Amino acid sequence: MSAFLRRFARNRGAVVGAVLLVLVIGMALFAPLLFPGSPWDMAGAPFQPPGEDGMLLGTDSLGRDVAAGIAYGAQVSLIVGAVSTAVALLIGVALGAVAGYLGGWADDAIMRFTEFFQTIPSFVLAILLVAIFTPSIASIIVAIAVVSWPPVTRVVRAEFLSLRNREFVQAAEVLGKRPLAIVLTDILPNALSPIIVLASLMTATAILLESSLSFLGLGDPNMMSWGFLIGSGRSVIRLAWWMSVFPGLAIFLTVLALNLVGEGLSDALNPRLRKRGAAH
Amino acid sequence: MDASRLPGFLLRRLLKSALVIVAIAICNFLLIHAAPGDPASVIAGQSGSADPQFMEQLRHQFGLDRPLHVQLGIYLRDVLTLDLGFSHRQQMPVATLILDRLPATLLLTGAAFLLAVSGGVALGALAARRAGTWADSAITALALTFYATPLFWVGLMLVLLFSVQLEWLPSFGMSDPGLDLHGPALWWDVAQHLVLPALTLGLFYLAVYARLTRATMLEVADQDFVKTARAKGVPEGRILRAHILRNALLPVITFAGIQAGQLIGGSILVETVFAWPGIGRLAFDALLARDYAVLLGVFFCTSVMVIVLNLATDLLYAVVDPRVEVTG
Repeated sequence: MSAFLRRFARNRGAVVGAVLLVLVIGMALFAPLLFPGSPWDMAGAPFQPPGEDGMLLGTDSLGRDVAAGIAYGAQVSLIVGAVSTAVALLIGVALGAVAGYLGGWADDAIMRFTEFFQTIPSFVLAILLVAIFTPSIASIIVAIAVVSWPPVTRVVRAEFLSLRNREFVQAAEVLGKRPLAIVLTDILPNALSPIIVLASLMTATAILLESSLSFLGLGDPNMMSWGFLIGSGRSVIRLAWWMSVFPGLAIFLTVLALNLVGEGLSDALNPRLRKRGAAH
Repeated sequence: MDASRLPGFLLRRLLKSALVIVAIAICNFLLIHAAPGDPASVIAGQSGSADPQFMEQLRHQFGLDRPLHVQLGIYLRDVLTLDLGFSHRQQMPVATLILDRLPATLLLTGAAFLLAVSGGVALGALAARRAGTWADSAITALALTFYATPLFWVGLMLVLLFSVQLEWLPSFGMSDPGLDLHGPALWWDVAQHLVLPALTLGLFYLAVYARLTRATMLEVADQDFVKTARAKGVPEGRILRAHILRNALLPVITFAGIQAGQLIGGSILVETVFAWPGIGRLAFDALLARDYAVLLGVFFCTSVMVIVLNLATDLLYAVVDPRVEVTG
């Protein structure tokens, strides 16, 4: 563990990312303490620039505190990012494990299915799913998970294909261990590191997706989110830049932090592999 | 590649693409039926009346009282004859609405794509050549930045800088509606309106291509044929262009095909920000009006566009790289 931490800390960007991420998580956790009361309520006069009227980041066109909106928005972004990634991992790992372990026609069928999902424009599908099943935090999470699992399946399948014929797996098979037990206790733990790296990058993408959906007006109507703040500040950007600028910075810093942490994890988990490209 | 095998490859790929299109149509059909409330109540709601008799009449008119598989058959027949349904909001066939908006979207995504590929490959090549220097770090940092910034926010920031502060470029629409322009003057006006949306959409992919080009160029630069060329005394500039860059471009081509769907999806956000009159803007308006027929039509149409682009990149790849196995 300490060797892992040392390798992680050697990547300075990753440390910066981890610190940023802790700050964002802290902001989300302590939002009700920092800004008591609902972020939807009027907190001051409308259109107050940053610093005036005791509002650190100004107020929006209805007099709501932009800083409070950002703090509460962090909750939505992090919840959607984490839960949709978890759901996508569940789907992706299950399909990838079956494809890689069983091979044959199951592998063929699953890979065709995965290719199909990689072909269709994912953002358009996400919009369609949220619009049809009415915007709510649950429909947003499902939509993001549905469009994000294919890379997991590919990575897990590749790992399983290469691990499936190793001696320790053959030994377990000869000993009469059940296939499900082999998959869960022998192969999966050895395939974890690429999955962990992928998960941090997927969380970043999920946060971007959520902000895009709520920017288009497809956010949960009961929850304040960063995309909603930018979407509602957009029409008055000529008068009040702060309403769109600050929530955007929050998205940028959070997504950047997750990408940096992902790179750090990648370096720390695969010390022999140098940085690969951004694209897989 | 052996030219005689190309037709077979083409046939297989076409067949596969056709299957995917049918699958997308089925997917669309299932989504219509998965929506809360049946299509009749949606239509009734949109035309402002919902008494039971009218609903029954609608159900019969649209065949909703027939078995599901019969409905699916009718739907597939309609879609394959390019009948994408009717928008009761706009009182227009969906296919007409989409075809009207398609040129604007093609112009925007095409311009963004060219910008992303040319800029990305140039910057990536520069970064690889200067690997480890400040120029490399700057380009890598820039790529990381655009990678983490939401598209629509980049658009708004560009508007803030170039339209509001500097007043250099227009930020709204595709041409100035107040002026009655023709010929070159109109093109110039459209070009000016195109700059910010294309830049917004292109910058993210520029970052992606820059990172990809840098990584593959560094990989290729280590290989034996490059060392051989160097040993033969080929000038360094020619090695870079003819040996390294040419081979490093192959993954970029593949990736461009994969990214086609993302680019079209991104255009929805960019067209919304800049009021660009393409199918993305159409989708956004349909979203506000909950006009599902148009949304499903846009989904189908963008999927077909992606499949066509994928087919094109596959062919390009097979022609460019003689080593590619042309199976499946």
